[in-house]
Amino acid sequence: MAGYSDPAFDTLALHAGAAPDPATGARAVPLHLSTSFVFQDSEHAASLFNMERSGHVYSRLSNPTNAVLEERVAALEGGVGAIAVASGQAALHLAIATLAAAGSHIVASSALYGGSQNLLAYTLPRFGIQTSFVSPLDVDAWREAIRPNTRLLFGETLGNPGLEVLDVPRLAAIAHEHGLPLLVDSTFTTPWLMKPLEHGADLVLHSATKFLCGHGTVIGGVLVDGGSFDWAAAHERFGRYPELAEPYGGFHGMVFSDESTVGAFLLRARREGLRDFGACMSPHTAWLILQGIETLPLRMARHVGNTRKLVQFLAAHPKVSRVGHPELESHPSHALAQALLPRGCGSVFSFELDGGRAQGRAFIEALQLFSHLANVGDCRSLVIHPASTTHSRMDDAALAAAGVGPGTIRLSVGLEDADDLIADLERAFKAAEKVA
Amino acid sequence: MKNFTMHGRRAAVYTGGKDFDPALPCLVFVHGALNDHSVWTLLARWFAHHGHAVLAPDLPGHGRSEGPPPGSVEAAADWVLALLDAAGVRQAAIAGHSMGSLIALEAAARAPERITRLVMIGSAYPMKVSPALLATARERPLAAIEMVTRFSTSTLAAKPSYPGPGMWLHGSTRALMRRTLQGGGGIDGCNLFEHDFRVCDAYAGGMEAAAKRLCPATLVVGRADQMTPPRATKELATALNASIVTLDAGHNLMAEQPEGVLAALRKACSAS
Repeated sequence: MAGYSDPAFDTLALHAGAAPDPATGARAVPLHLSTSFVFQDSEHAASLFNMERSGHVYSRLSNPTNAVLEERVAALEGGVGAIAVASGQAALHLAIATLAAAGSHIVASSALYGGSQNLLAYTLPRFGIQTSFVSPLDVDAWREAIRPNTRLLFGETLGNPGLEVLDVPRLAAIAHEHGLPLLVDSTFTTPWLMKPLEHGADLVLHSATKFLCGHGTVIGGVLVDGGSFDWAAAHERFGRYPELAEPYGGFHGMVFSDESTVGAFLLRARREGLRDFGACMSPHTAWLILQGIETLPLRMARHVGNTRKLVQFLAAHPKVSRVGHPELESHPSHALAQALLPRGCGSVFSFELDGGRAQGRAFIEALQLFSHLANVGDCRSLVIHPASTTHSRMDDAALAAAGVGPGTIRLSVGLEDADDLIADLERAFKAAEKVA
Repeated sequence: MKNFTMHGRRAAVYTGGKDFDPALPCLVFVHGALNDHSVWTLLARWFAHHGHAVLAPDLPGHGRSEGPPPGSVEAAADWVLALLDAAGVRQAAIAGHSMGSLIALEAAARAPERITRLVMIGSAYPMKVSPALLATARERPLAAIEMVTRFSTSTLAAKPSYPGPGMWLHGSTRALMRRTLQGGGGIDGCNLFEHDFRVCDAYAGGMEAAAKRLCPATLVVGRADQMTPPRATKELATALNASIVTLDAGHNLMAEQPEGVLAALRKACSAS
């Protein structure tokens, strides 16, 4: 390998973590559908179990195919390693379960994916973990929400549903002032658009179901550690994170921060979190997500290019009262988007259709290329009308509080020809117009 | 980690996940420039759980040991020998990586009656650092870390990864050096990267040390090592009459080939 730094993003997307299989010569990443792996002898078995050697034992803990995916995402994010799990939700749970316990507190963005919001607001309090929600745009509110028992700050690179850009550098600085790590959900942006670790975040998670996979085929999540947060120092200074800096009875009294200066979090998350909660990723899923990542740079460029054309079309359309996209000057995060997301702001955004719920329904039903479903980040274009689906139980006032209007339409722009997508939208506008 | 007090300062030492028992055969691991004990943890755990007392210190000013960093290979070797005293160890085998290999060599020369085995991993003598790399380490240490990470790793797919599956070795190599650099050697204004490189560059006692030491020596060499290329060990290997183990790895041998290094160490420690 020549050169003075790591290979570029596009090269890592194809090669990081993988080499031709030494046993068979297979060039593509082999799919290891095996629950378990043979020990050389009893001594080898014992030393693997005691973490005296590195290797695979049982696919709930690690698997060679999954390991390629983990290394590849870590390489693309600029991290020290990663853990592939069953879903994005599992990645969030794994991060929290590794760092927090009953009595802990989290400060989180109020503009989160609904599943994450449910976990933090309703489920984790049953286990004694409380969360304070603050606006992603109000940096001071994050600082003020920190308590002595806070263990984590958490936000999304682009908020839901308004695409507020998370000020990762400033929030990371606040977190670090208080001896806390910043966890960022980077699902909507992928490392091709933003590498939160380079901006100061300590941990990154993805719903790999979305753009990383890119084909709407499998559910998966990935949790990446930047290796930058000094857990031992935080423990020495504040008494926090005994999970990483004190002997763990569940694994031979291991002190994870002694075992790995920069990988302690991942060691504990794998040795405890995957082992005990069991939300592992199927190797088949890992293999399909790897297929997606190989073309991630190409797809993201096209996603962004198509999105820009559609944003331009919608912003000029007489039946559209608002387009919520950070590349528009009207968006509250426009300046921050230019600084942190120069390549683009992804391909998921909302616009406000003139009219009410009935017009929204008619619009959705007239679309032919856009598929009406509850997902984003597919290579095919997707659409949903929150007022008649995800938020259908809310009245108009509650919708407004959630940042959703009766005519709000959310698009996930795919890889089709942009002109065909615009023609599809135009057809839907005409259908909506006919509804009284 | 076990904390010793050396000259009034904390010396943090990894003991392989077991309580340190000075009655057992002792093996000391000495890390390289801008690294800490964590480059050794798999090997240290293995030996600690197979009948050895293990000392894998953070050198002064590195990791969790208080500074200042040793100003020379000779000073570092004296510190390692003082650590043996503090730990109640009379004799020990010693393994070192890169800068740590020179420290191990010098320790074996300064106390030939105390060092029973010498294993030099990713070594070279003289260990000259190019003026360009020294200048980059001084003026743009983060850029120098990028360079050294690239020069130290020979592959984009080291399996099964260190210290466990899912770790990206380029990232963990880079992160460890950044973390150690941040520590600043435990003294204000210290650029530990440049400091460690200058310590390597200035060491001139290698051949004399090779003549003084009495124990068997093993060199573990990475076939694709760009930091300390195999050709740079030849003169030293001859002087030490050393066994040579060559592995398919770059400079980052313990991470790229943990099994190969373990086998080499086991053989070296069992040889009479």
